[in-house]
Amino acid sequence: MNERFIILLEKYFENELTDSESQEFETLINSNSELKQEFEEQNRIKEVLRKMKLKNPSREAWDGYWLGIYNRVERGIAWIAISIGAIIFFGFVSIEAVNSFINDTHTPPIVKVGISILVFGALVLIFSLLREKFFTSKHDKYKEVQR
Amino acid sequence: MMDNKISAGTISKKKMKEFEVLVKDNMKRAYFSALGFLGSHDAAMDVSQEAFIRAYRNFNKYDTKRNFFTWYYKILRNLCLNFIRDNKNRNEEYFFESRKYEDSRNNPEQNLEEKEELEMLHDAINQLEPEDREIIILREFEGYSYEEISEMLNLPVGTVMSRLFYARKKLAEKMKRLME
Repeated sequence: MNERFIILLEKYFENELTDSESQEFETLINSNSELKQEFEEQNRIKEVLRKMKLKNPSREAWDGYWLGIYNRVERGIAWIAISIGAIIFFGFVSIEAVNSFINDTHTPPIVKVGISILVFGALVLIFSLLREKFFTSKHDKYKEVQR
Repeated sequence: MMDNKISAGTISKKKMKEFEVLVKDNMKRAYFSALGFLGSHDAAMDVSQEAFIRAYRNFNKYDTKRNFFTWYYKILRNLCLNFIRDNKNRNEEYFFESRKYEDSRNNPEQNLEEKEELEMLHDAINQLEPEDREIIILREFEGYSYEEISEMLNLPVGTVMSRLFYARKKLAEKMKRLME
């Protein structure tokens, strides 16, 4: 498509054509039937679009808009605080548990080895399940399909 | 258009009030831009709010010399495109209405005609690629100037005009096909 025609057409719609551009535009569409057809088609679609507007939601929706954002920001901060607290707490508890387990002289070494392997296996299993879940949710083509 | 400039940097509690003003100044434009992309009231509300939250978190990256909405729009656009990618089977509602609805309410024939035209336009717009839909919404419904769209989409003004022309052309073709 003629780039000059597109620019002139857009300027025409905006009433921004200068006298000389207006003359140039007129000459273009009168000398080329294809351009004239394009002009008429664009005019028609502009006319349809002019008749429509986007639906405005209810006043309540606007009233609650900022509150919705504020609540989500506040909850985000709350979740970050909870997560940091939980990591510190459970980290401390885990270190204490491991320390007391290592220093425990009453438990036979074979039981300690067994428990260590059990914990290691459980951690690998949790890590594997989480990784699978994460990748499935990212790449599942059929997640929209109702199962 | 209102110049939305507040000092950059990490927003403290007292800055929250200023951010509230910023949100309230831009929420309608944000919602309607998202609505044009997503075609659903709930999704547009959710995504435009999420974009404001991302803007809040990244406010230190905002260059105060630039218009807030132009910067915000880039966040919103990415979220909308991600939403479309992740929700291909989403339900779209009728998100247009006739400007003349009030006048034609007492004229059932005209009302029916407008309803049909509205449905056809809605279906045709929904069949467009998100980028074509976006440029039509920004220019024809939101009334942004070519320069503003050029800044929002990081495109030269000439390219904006050209993309708009082809988007309208595609829309006309879709409507023609629906009329057949």
